[in-house]
Amino acid sequence: MKSKDLQALLDEPACSHNDKSKSGCARLKPGATAGGCSFDGAQIALLPICDVAHIVHGSIACAGSSWDNRGTKSTGPTMFRIGMTTDLTEQDVIMGRGEKRLFHSIKQAIDTYDPPAVFVYNTCVPALIGDDIQAVAKAASEKWGRPVITVDAAGFYGTKNLGNRIAGDSMLKQVIGTREPDPVPDDGRGIKVHDINLIGEYNIAGELWNVLPLLDELGIRVLCTLSGDARYREVQTMHRAEVNMLVCSKATINVARKLEEDFGTPWFEGSFYGVEDVNFALRKIAHLIGDEDLVKRTEALIERENKKINEALEEWRIRLTGKRALLYTGGVKSWSVVSALQDLGMTVVATGTKKSTEEDKARIKDLMGDEAVMIEDGNPRGLIDKVNDLKADVLIAGGRNMYTAIKARIPFLDINQEREFGYAGYDGMIELARQMVLTINNPVWAQVRDVAPWKKGKEV
Amino acid sequence: MADIVKRKKALSVNPLKSSSTIGAALAFMGVSRTIPMLHGSQGCSAFGKVFFVRHFREPIPLQTTAMDQVSAVMGSYDNVVEGVKTICETSSPAMVGIPTTGLSETQGVDINMAVKEFRTKYPGYEHIPVVPVSTPDYKGCLETGYADAVLAMLKELVKERKTAKRKKQVTVLVGSHLTPGDIEEIKDIIELFGLRPVVFPDLSTALDGHLPEFDFSPLSVGGTPVDEILSIGSSAATIVIGRSLVQAADWLKAETDIPDYRLDHVFGLEGTDDLIMALREIADKEVPEKLERQRAQLQDAMLDTHFMLGMSRLAIAGDPDLLYGMSKFLETIGGETCVAVAPSNQPILTEVPTKFVKIGDLEDLEQLSIGENLDLIISNSHAVESAERLGVPILRCGFPQWDLVGGYQKTWVGYRGGRQVLFDLANLQLQNHKGEVKPYESIYGQKPEYAKGQTNGTTKKVDHHGYCH
Ligand code: SF4
Repeated sequence: MKSKDLQALLDEPACSHNDKSKSGCARLKPGATAGGCSFDGAQIALLPICDVAHIVHGSIACAGSSWDNRGTKSTGPTMFRIGMTTDLTEQDVIMGRGEKRLFHSIKQAIDTYDPPAVFVYNTCVPALIGDDIQAVAKAASEKWGRPVITVDAAGFYGTKNLGNRIAGDSMLKQVIGTREPDPVPDDGRGIKVHDINLIGEYNIAGELWNVLPLLDELGIRVLCTLSGDARYREVQTMHRAEVNMLVCSKATINVARKLEEDFGTPWFEGSFYGVEDVNFALRKIAHLIGDEDLVKRTEALIERENKKINEALEEWRIRLTGKRALLYTGGVKSWSVVSALQDLGMTVVATGTKKSTEEDKARIKDLMGDEAVMIEDGNPRGLIDKVNDLKADVLIAGGRNMYTAIKARIPFLDINQEREFGYAGYDGMIELARQMVLTINNPVWAQVRDVAPWKKGKEV
Repeated sequence: MADIVKRKKALSVNPLKSSSTIGAALAFMGVSRTIPMLHGSQGCSAFGKVFFVRHFREPIPLQTTAMDQVSAVMGSYDNVVEGVKTICETSSPAMVGIPTTGLSETQGVDINMAVKEFRTKYPGYEHIPVVPVSTPDYKGCLETGYADAVLAMLKELVKERKTAKRKKQVTVLVGSHLTPGDIEEIKDIIELFGLRPVVFPDLSTALDGHLPEFDFSPLSVGGTPVDEILSIGSSAATIVIGRSLVQAADWLKAETDIPDYRLDHVFGLEGTDDLIMALREIADKEVPEKLERQRAQLQDAMLDTHFMLGMSRLAIAGDPDLLYGMSKFLETIGGETCVAVAPSNQPILTEVPTKFVKIGDLEDLEQLSIGENLDLIISNSHAVESAERLGVPILRCGFPQWDLVGGYQKTWVGYRGGRQVLFDLANLQLQNHKGEVKPYESIYGQKPEYAKGQTNGTTKKVDHHGYCH
């Protein structure tokens, strides 16, 4: 990718990281860096599109340790779970045979698996050699009559965040707008059906399925989720939505912004974590669509669901009220989880803000009060100390911190991509509460914190 | 002798291979208070970390030199120099390992030069060994990267043979195919002979899943202490387990002239016998009774399980030493390796007791398995879905195993380990109900459910654990 194009993606105008020259965009420090590369970010953003063949063009490090590694779920195709890589050899690198291998790989994928499209991810080694993946994709597409989409996100271009954006950019430039949506099926209810997109929703552990029934009931058709349980043909139609909801993360904000620019689609940032946030998201969708009848029906649904969930949460709140949580999220928005925890009666004693924008921080202050402790640097040592200092009962963070917490004998809840439980929607709150109680109130903690019996009391 | 069938197709589908880079990182993690720093872009380290975290369910020390657009093009010496300095400054490690990646190698880094530069620029850290190793991920696989790192560490740390010999000390070089549980077992066996094992690298004290008293360390916790590696030149003998370590063994032998015993594997009766014979000679002692008993127990288990495992048709996919060792082990009770797949070609593969070894991926495993009437698949967690599609039970083995708690601790070696493996395999066979006669419904039968189509036939579903319902 040309550095001018990269710079354009880094200068995402709708991202308030760019007002402050800091946060995710600073240069990385050798020997003290955590986090994935751009390829990682691009793959996370697009791999859940479950019917396309995802080919990682590169040496084995990129796909070898990461394929089949996501918690995302599909209702149908399992194509995305088939790991594909050109697995470059030394010969390929020395003799410059990468492009040729890629070309034949695309053919092989089409011949064996017949996917509606092939996505090709660029990575470090071919990017450095200068493989022209665009040209290869174009030639392959012409030859075999199948869309071949390039995602030029080599690891060394930058962080995971940048990779998310490159992924979004590829969809905008190569996929979105290439097909018109199917006609709306008649459900016999006589209500007007409206189309939306959920951008940045990955259907982790199937949590989207907690939300979809509500949208169905309201007559809201999700044209496409970018990208949980999505199909190629859905992504193609994203330009026709009436509203775009950016779910939980600014990662693919460029998609929402560009769709607004080109098609005038209004968008908002929301979350499906926590009762209040689900209420907010549903209301916002209805208001932006501007259908009075929909607004009314939405209010009725919210009232009904809130009553139901509040009753169901009662017994969990008794067990969780007053418990103190320290939140250190990676990709997921801190503020969205904060409100979910407060819905459970918990106190959030501190939250990570490494990837948060000024706007996010203001929102966190709103929710947590001015005393809110914000953690900028999430190094493991610091996190453990913070948990102890602030007397937190549980650390809520990404999976990579799980075993760090456990070794320090701190109850832990996984909040990121790889988790196995869905927390979204009203029903997701119950699972969240259950997982929380399961760890915080577990009898193991006393046993692992105490010394062996022969080490106390008198000597033999 | 097995033929080697090389990779022909362009695309690798459902890769079996893990990179040599992370293999090297693994070897460094078997040394106490050490941290590997991959020389490349941050993603390789992040993926490597997740890979090992999911397998071992432990925090994993792994850093990166964080190459970016500028250093990828202009040169990356500074990244190495500053990276090592940062680690030395903040964590005071006992050693820093620097495996290279495809990116830094393609760019053409001279990693040894970079380390020299670090030494000149920051003279305060002479006491901390820094070990670079060239492991571009477009070459070899986890096993070869691991072996290269072992050799690199030996070269850096072991100086010629010491005259003050430690008569009871035995060096054990262990290959990447051994689990922390295996290493623990090997140490126990050696100690039974009254010998003192120095296992290198020692994952059994590093990644065995133990709860230490302190709450956090940025470095490896446990593993062979660097002092112990320094003392390898004083050992009475060296035992080398795994053909992949041949270069390390050759080097050590040439450098120290210490007698060595090279074992390709220590699985099953024969493999373990080889180890015991070596120890008997080194210790100059008769075999302890406890081991005699364990051997007798294994023999008994072999008799018990040969009914289920004799003539069993196996598919094995894994790194070369593991593939070789497993197929040899199962051959001892009459198991037949019908399908063999390795991610990268190594000389030992020609000795696998099978017709041919395919250098390839799990798609190859699947395709070669069709029509083979297999009884069992032995491979890593990636192969679980293949096994499900084939309807054959799987025993998880090798890297990675993320869908099995405690896979890292399973003991495969020794008489005791071998016995348990046979039990596990036989149980998988028993649950598979293979060889049962398929129910036949006579057209004249006076059985009311026939007419209604309510018979349940023999369809079986294999679940994630390889068990059938
Ligand atoms: S940093 Fe580069 S080589 Fe490493 S995983 Fe990311 S894309 Fe692949």
